[in-house]
Amino acid sequence: MINKVVSNAEEAVKDIPDNAVLMLGGFGLCGIPENCISALLKTGVKGLTCISNNAGVDDFGIGLMLKTRQVKKMISSYVGENAEFERQLLSGELEVDLIPQGTLAERIRAGGAGIPAFYTPAGYGTEVAEGKETREYHGKMYLLEQWLKADFALVKAWKGDTSGNLIFKGTARNFNPMMAMAGKITIAEVEELVEPGELDPNMIHTPGIYVQRIFQGKDYEKRIEQRTTKLK
Amino acid sequence: MALDKIGIAKRIAQEVQDGTYINLGIGIPTLVANFIPDNINVVLQSENGLLGIGPFPDESEVDADLINAGKQTVTTTKGSSLFSSAESFEMIRGGHVDLTILGAMEVSENGDISNWKIPGKMVKGMGGAMDLVASAENIIVAMQHCSRDGESKLLSENTLPITGLRCVKKVVTDMAVLDVLPEGGFKLLERAPGVSVEEIKAATAGKLIIEGEIPEMRI
Repeated sequence: MINKVVSNAEEAVKDIPDNAVLMLGGFGLCGIPENCISALLKTGVKGLTCISNNAGVDDFGIGLMLKTRQVKKMISSYVGENAEFERQLLSGELEVDLIPQGTLAERIRAGGAGIPAFYTPAGYGTEVAEGKETREYHGKMYLLEQWLKADFALVKAWKGDTSGNLIFKGTARNFNPMMAMAGKITIAEVEELVEPGELDPNMIHTPGIYVQRIFQGKDYEKRIEQRTTKLK
Repeated sequence: MALDKIGIAKRIAQEVQDGTYINLGIGIPTLVANFIPDNINVVLQSENGLLGIGPFPDESEVDADLINAGKQTVTTTKGSSLFSSAESFEMIRGGHVDLTILGAMEVSENGDISNWKIPGKMVKGMGGAMDLVASAENIIVAMQHCSRDGESKLLSENTLPITGLRCVKKVVTDMAVLDVLPEGGFKLLERAPGVSVEEIKAATAGKLIIEGEIPEMRI
């Protein structure tokens, strides 16, 4: 049994250097690595490139790392919910690469799966296609997109075991499984860390081979962006 | 009188066929779910990774780990399934989702759609829109016929940055239902109650095709 447990978030992220390329799981604020983000705020690492579907909100998620100017570049599909983000973008402090969501997901998956590039129809005929190779297959046009990899992938799961096997809950799965595959070092934070054998192998979403470090997270806030309930 | 947003959603709900998988965009498209008749069984897809979106939760059921693509808290239906965003877009690109309903800023007479960027304004990103329009078998656009300034949004050629080429099959606006023909042109199928063909002509900048009597929508 390979034991991948580290004691906490600070321990897990302490060797992330300036200018590292990170992937951070989550869709909106759902399924984001809250503990790792808090720990990065403490280490003060700078010049980060963050690959993440969104950029958090002003006072939560990646938004906190924008406020402390730790992020040099965001690679995302939608970044609308953050005033500080907008300010830094307009002032030229922050670089942003916007990518169609499915292309982003697949580029990350490809990075983990050893597929250097693939053809997708998404973005053909748009500014996303500028400078990219295009090709026709069966009468339809596609463009060539390349894999994405990261120095460190920070993912959040519901349950995990000390060997790094992960189970996600609800739509908090989102980008986490592909990012776990595409990180040179993948750090998983989990709400419940258990011993090997306690998770049903049939139910594992991310096999432990993709995870290098795992720790029991704490104090999850799980903030909700749009709290919608049934009309009474 | 032109339709309100609810009216547009109600009319689009009539297009929904039994036994289909559907992706609804943010805004008017989301409202469509409320007007699908009980005898029509469909499964709603949320591109963050859920098939089988249920209604909004009761206060006691709210789960931060269960949201739709608009980041709203939702529930799952019986028989729903959960998956990664990669798999979600595999089912979209793979043509497994039967119908996509989404909003637009402009649609051209050959089916081009623009809905993600206004030059000079803050760019928020395209989210999943480019993947959806590049792949869906059937795309219905829900939008106002004209902009707030009274400019037509049905054009011969789009002026705003493109989201996808030649993909829109049908447009439902506050004034009319129109098919986008494969050879180009908006074919007028129905007009909103009390809206005349002349008014629709005046509000449509792209090529408009009118054949015979145009019936009123039945909402």
